[in-house]
Amino acid sequence: MPVEFKKQRRKLTAYLIGDIDHHCAEPIRMDIDERIAADKPEVLCLDFSKVTFMDSSGVGLVMGRFRTLSVYGGRLELSGMSGAVQRVMQLSGIGKIATIVEKKG
Amino acid sequence: MKALQTMKLEIESRSVNEAFARAVVSAFAAQLDPTVEELADLRTAVSEAVTNCIVHAYRETVGKIYISASVYPQGMFCVKIRDRGCGIADVAQAREPLFTTLGGERAGLGFAVMESFCDKVQVRSAVGKGTTVTLYKRISGRDDA
Repeated sequence: MPVEFKKQRRKLTAYLIGDIDHHCAEPIRMDIDERIAADKPEVLCLDFSKVTFMDSSGVGLVMGRFRTLSVYGGRLELSGMSGAVQRVMQLSGIGKIATIVEKKG
Repeated sequence: MKALQTMKLEIESRSVNEAFARAVVSAFAAQLDPTVEELADLRTAVSEAVTNCIVHAYRETVGKIYISASVYPQGMFCVKIRDRGCGIADVAQAREPLFTTLGGERAGLGFAVMESFCDKVQVRSAVGKGTTVTLYKRISGRDDA
């Protein structure tokens, strides 16, 4: 599913939708990297509220975006993670490299 | 223990089949009335095993993935994911969290996820012959009043 973006000053939020597995991760990665290259956001927030499934390919996706942002000093936030997504993320210790924010509202 | 029921699925190692494999196994497990969490765990573990066949076992080619699942008494569920791919030289190393022979966007957490979300994971492999991953999970299901 294509990624939806919202830009607020120096923060870019990428709303991930649907399944994130090995098959789906590549087009998602390309969408996000294209926007990062264009906008160079200070903060990239990956929102998982509309994610229906995620395996460790999702962790790889997050780690890869962290690397892309690190090149120019951008920061990574993760929001909207449900129980299932959280359980997979917890195994990776991703909290060390990304800020996990609670969904507002 | 004798299986109450068994199913078999044979698919090609194409990434588009990852979702299909998850759907088939969860549909088969539904008869045990799993909780939402148990079903999510099972689907995720199966997804990891099938992905391993696609990105590792049959890295440069397309081969067959053989998935079989069995339902046993007392909610015991077993899924076998088998391939005839390259095989794993060092299984213990492959099972280490964050270890991966691939770079890029692979997190090296496939086995860690399987082990965390299932009760038991068995891996049998021979280089040049293939790999079989067996996942065991007890599904709590509904209480029989």
